[in-house]
Amino acid sequence: MKQPFLVSDKWYDIRDLSNLSNEILHQVDRALPGEAAYILSPLLGFVFVFLLFVLPTQLYLGVLGERKIIGRMQSRYGPNRTGKFGVLQPIADAAKLLTKEALTPRYADKTIMYLAPVLFVMPAVMVWAVIPFGPEMIIADIPNSLVYYLAVSSVPTLVIFMGGWSHNNKYSLFGAIRIVAMGVSYEVPLVMALLGVVVMTGSLSLNGIVFWQDAFDIWLVALQPLAFAIFFICVSAELNRTPVDIAEAESELGSGYLTEYSGMKWGLFYGMDIAYALAASALGATIFFGGWSFFGLQDWVPSWLFFIGKLYAFYFLFIWTRGTLPRLRIDQLMAFCWKYLFPLALFNLFIVATERVIWTDGLDGEKGFVYIFAAANILATIVLVVTWARFLGYRPENQTTKPRLVNEAGGYVPVTPASGEGR
Amino acid sequence: MSTIQGEPFIINIGPQHPSTHGVFRIKATVDGERVIDAEMVMGYLHRSMEKLAEERTYTQNIPFTDRTDYLSSMSNNLGYVLAVEKLAGIDVPDRGQAIRVIMAEFQRLASHCMAVGAFTNDTGAWQTPIMWCFREREKVLDLFEMTSGARLTCNYMRIGGVAFDLPKGFEEAARKTLAGFPQLIDELDAMLSGNEIFLARTKGVGVLTPEMATNASLTGPMLRGSGIAWDIRKADPYCGYEQYDFQIPIGYNGDSYDRFSVRLEEMRQSVKIIQQALDRLPGGPHSTQVPLALRPPKGEAYARVEGPRGELGYYLVSDEGPSPFRFHIRPPSFINLSALKEMTVGGTVADAIVVLGSIDIVVGEIDR
Repeated sequence: MKQPFLVSDKWYDIRDLSNLSNEILHQVDRALPGEAAYILSPLLGFVFVFLLFVLPTQLYLGVLGERKIIGRMQSRYGPNRTGKFGVLQPIADAAKLLTKEALTPRYADKTIMYLAPVLFVMPAVMVWAVIPFGPEMIIADIPNSLVYYLAVSSVPTLVIFMGGWSHNNKYSLFGAIRIVAMGVSYEVPLVMALLGVVVMTGSLSLNGIVFWQDAFDIWLVALQPLAFAIFFICVSAELNRTPVDIAEAESELGSGYLTEYSGMKWGLFYGMDIAYALAASALGATIFFGGWSFFGLQDWVPSWLFFIGKLYAFYFLFIWTRGTLPRLRIDQLMAFCWKYLFPLALFNLFIVATERVIWTDGLDGEKGFVYIFAAANILATIVLVVTWARFLGYRPENQTTKPRLVNEAGGYVPVTPASGEGR
Repeated sequence: MSTIQGEPFIINIGPQHPSTHGVFRIKATVDGERVIDAEMVMGYLHRSMEKLAEERTYTQNIPFTDRTDYLSSMSNNLGYVLAVEKLAGIDVPDRGQAIRVIMAEFQRLASHCMAVGAFTNDTGAWQTPIMWCFREREKVLDLFEMTSGARLTCNYMRIGGVAFDLPKGFEEAARKTLAGFPQLIDELDAMLSGNEIFLARTKGVGVLTPEMATNASLTGPMLRGSGIAWDIRKADPYCGYEQYDFQIPIGYNGDSYDRFSVRLEEMRQSVKIIQQALDRLPGGPHSTQVPLALRPPKGEAYARVEGPRGELGYYLVSDEGPSPFRFHIRPPSFINLSALKEMTVGGTVADAIVVLGSIDIVVGEIDR
């Protein structure tokens, strides 16, 4: 593996903040007896990652930034009354939620209803343990961190089901059933798509995948465009974000599984939804956009700045889709998963595996061939998507989107082939 | 357990639901996600306007008509005053007619903005199209404020003409407002008409065959979406609509998408009509003098206009008294709603919401 250009373990070297935390732990180890440093180490990681980064980002990007950006997309200002440019809005929101009465329906399953928001928070914190902010800036650098991430991030599906089920409300039940059906289905193409990445890089470790991208000077989004598209759609589905927010479905179910939640119980769901979206953005940025690496520039500029920048850019994609796209129906969503995403993910895996075998056995892992593979894969993605869609009967040119125009009032005007056939 | 036995259950969509556009309830029996029966429950907003109108003079009734369909008060005013004028045999000067056309078409623009926006909101496009529509609708409401002093319940039409002449600078402001609309419609077209998700959600959903539409006596965009060329402005012109050059947009299959696209195209046609009306705005008085305590001769009259939601009719019976003996409204949303069951049964709950949005109901008009 290529090592960073300037390696130093001085605590003031801000290119790698783990030096600072190590320094603190050393001092603690010297001052306190026994195992104190071991106990303190995860807490320090939690403070560094969650309290200093995730929580402020969540408040300011997730609550304020998202509302501001969507506001601009909708030609309005967004929150701008609390403080200058609405900077106090997240705090005002939190204060409002904390002081609101948390209602519980009479026939609700109270234990599960109270438990669900609490359980919802835990995975949102846990997934951050394996996200690499820099070459060394990672709380738990376990060798199979991708598997860990996928395992932990599928817990919320169950928690949402618990929440929806416990209300004894039909709308919540709809939301709960929908999330189970959707969450389980979309996990399959998601894992299949990420398997392609794993086959290509030969690593299950998120940090290893970043090192690979750094070593070959290419981002996996260029090498695996199809996997990226599938990943993005599946992650949107897992996170319940438009266009696939059918479990919440504001206009149909009146927020689905959240219908009966109020006060801070709702606030926990809302806040942690954003934390999950941030974590998913972190995963996407790590796997497909080179994580903390930036073509060698990370030796000079702090690598975690690149990572955070990429994370925000990825999160912007979520905001953008939310502000633009309508929602799919549940049956269309399931059909899309099993008829389009799953076969395409299999095709992708097949192509990647072939390339990998050719590359390592026939070409001795020559670096330059990665770029040829990238070009081939971009082409293959376009061809595959178009062919598969047409194979399944998708014909956009047959759709009529403009109405007919007539000059005189009369009766029924039959649809003739000349005037266009509606689909 | 060999098979999983499901049983249908009833889900109340409304009266408090984000997508019922007011206090309206669909009592839907669902089998999983599929709707197998739908029953409409209405009357939550009943204010007995038709009965109250029998106690007030003809002029005093005009504000009531604002409050039936509160999204198109100008069209409602117009329908009512046309009925009274027919009953009493009053002529309206040319300028009054032209101003009425301008206002009614502006009202159609504002109302269709709301209809299209709320419909896209129902399909799940998270507030973006509706906000764009509101941006333009606000400008129309500003025009109404400029002329009549009110934005929503304008109370602008009078028996024999309109309440006030157009204010100074109206024409300029109106042209400026109109200039924004083609851009908005193109934006909506670009964002939604080519959007696969939107097409998948609306095409083939809530199909109304031409037979169903005529049997249920539907009117307006609902009827035209099913491919029937019927528009009161063409079939039975009033206020001099025969002088203006415009076309009737009609759909292909009668599904939700057709109703949406018909509304978009109608907005383009309305822009065309207003531009023509502004170009040839005649001079002269805006209203004829009508006695305050109007006592029309014995008889009955029915006048209809093409409101944004369909045929908006007013039926009046006079017994030579100062107030109508019978006052009846033909509300287009109420009659258009009667086809809801046929359209929703067999679809999913999500489809039912889209279908309800495509009807474009105003509950104030349904319950009156």
